[in-house]
Amino acid sequence: MEVVIQTDRLTKRFGDFTAVDEISFDVRRGEIFGFLGANGAGKTTAMRMLIGLSKPSSGKAAIAGFDVYRETEKIKKNIGYMSQKFSLYEDLTVMENIRFFGGIYGLSGKFLRDKSESLVEKLGLQSERKKLVRSIPLGWKQKLSFSVAVLHNPKIVFLDEPTGGVDPVTRRQFWDLIYAETLRGMTVFVTTHYMDEAEYCNRLSIMVDGKIKALGSPPHLRKEFAAASMNEVFFKLARDAERGGGLKP
Amino acid sequence: MTIKGLSKTFENGKVTALDSVSFQVSPGEIFGLVGPDGAGKTTLFRMLTTLLLPDSGSATIDGYDMVRDYKEIRKNVGYMPGRFSLYQDLTVEENLNFFATLFGTTFSENYHLIRDIYIQIEPFKNRRAGQLSGGMKQKLALSCALIHKPRVLFLDEPTTGVDAVSRKEFWDLLKRLKEQGISIVVSTPYMDEATLCDRIALIQIGKILAVDTPSSIIMRYPEPLYEVRSGQIPRLLMDLRNYRNTLSCFTFGEYLHLSFKEHHPNALAEMKGYAKGKGHQDIEARSVLPTIEDCFMRLLKQN
Repeated sequence: MEVVIQTDRLTKRFGDFTAVDEISFDVRRGEIFGFLGANGAGKTTAMRMLIGLSKPSSGKAAIAGFDVYRETEKIKKNIGYMSQKFSLYEDLTVMENIRFFGGIYGLSGKFLRDKSESLVEKLGLQSERKKLVRSIPLGWKQKLSFSVAVLHNPKIVFLDEPTGGVDPVTRRQFWDLIYAETLRGMTVFVTTHYMDEAEYCNRLSIMVDGKIKALGSPPHLRKEFAAASMNEVFFKLARDAERGGGLKP
Repeated sequence: MTIKGLSKTFENGKVTALDSVSFQVSPGEIFGLVGPDGAGKTTLFRMLTTLLLPDSGSATIDGYDMVRDYKEIRKNVGYMPGRFSLYQDLTVEENLNFFATLFGTTFSENYHLIRDIYIQIEPFKNRRAGQLSGGMKQKLALSCALIHKPRVLFLDEPTTGVDAVSRKEFWDLLKRLKEQGISIVVSTPYMDEATLCDRIALIQIGKILAVDTPSSIIMRYPEPLYEVRSGQIPRLLMDLRNYRNTLSCFTFGEYLHLSFKEHHPNALAEMKGYAKGKGHQDIEARSVLPTIEDCFMRLLKQN
């Protein structure tokens, strides 16, 4: 199976603080790869290196075959990214957002128009198409934002906590969208704090204090850590974290 | 705290934020408002902390009226908003002293209340609040909300975006505060946190779907529920959604949760036969207790 993300001892240091400490893993085409860890474990820093926004201090990584040091522009053309903080322009309508992001990724003319129409229809947003994004519920925003991130049919899509705060039904619909894309061969790299969602990943890694402490499929990890659920696996690993958002700086 | 028929609309009545919300909170109770983003939780908090007037309805806290006696209420409640709202340019210590002074008290007078939390951020007491990590900001915000010894503490989504381990630690802290006699109203989008509350209100689009203890809400789940899995969960989900006797089928971690339209003794065996016919092997199915998340989804369907 084709490897679309490959890292080898990838490291990021800020001064004498090592945010990401020699992480090595592969992600294969069409996989849903869960990237888990406690707050402060280094997930966001690692993800920023993978998508070409932050230069590694050492180690190697290739995304869709492109080098994270020298080919960041090529990486950006081949991936989609749904950030945790910002995903859509609140002051643009649903349709304007779709066309804007499509345009950024070089789609235009009839192709973009048709693509926008079919997307609005697929999400059931026909009556909302001219509404400002700020006025639609978070669940819809997140589904729209995901769809916009994959509009240009990237090889890999990176999702940073896409379902935080979303209601349980919409959260599951969001995962239906993810499944549909992977069936078409897209690779999904996703972070989440919902442990039930960890079970939906084909494979996942758990980061603790900058290092990858566990890597494998959910059944494999449950067995390895003698745990009944991914929640238990996560607790076993993360409760000993030195740093993190919890009680420590 | 008694809340009767609170309603609030925005944009000249076009957007309903709260629709006739009523419930009571007893002294020393941890009361959870459980619902997704956009349910109206923050609007309700802003009203109960006297920062927003209702269109209709009333609320009293310790006998004080939310509208008429807003000054008394402000002295007696602590509020930790969802967004970090302390002074980023003041240090940890300065923020605490500032809030203590506002309420006419001192840091040392109520130190016992915040001690457990404060000792964790004390090593950084000279750091500016804006320079703290997310977890430390949360601890500081909680300390500031407690420094005047409130009778009721309002916490708006204190654990959103927080990892599972830190969330558990935060709830342990709340339990200790409860033991000191402080009533806590806390909102969360995480359904699994509901079971840590004494009582909860499930809320969606401004409406309360249910108010009760978590175990009573679970007991009232109307149908028997089963957990089911096979080697191919996504395909099994699709097949079971198309099954004639399926009432509802949702993913729940490594299992699907399934309920039947007609639950007769053979229902489970018949379902297995159907799934086998669809090519599924190693089908596991057994009865399971509903979670609050099941209940929430069931109530959504009903409403």
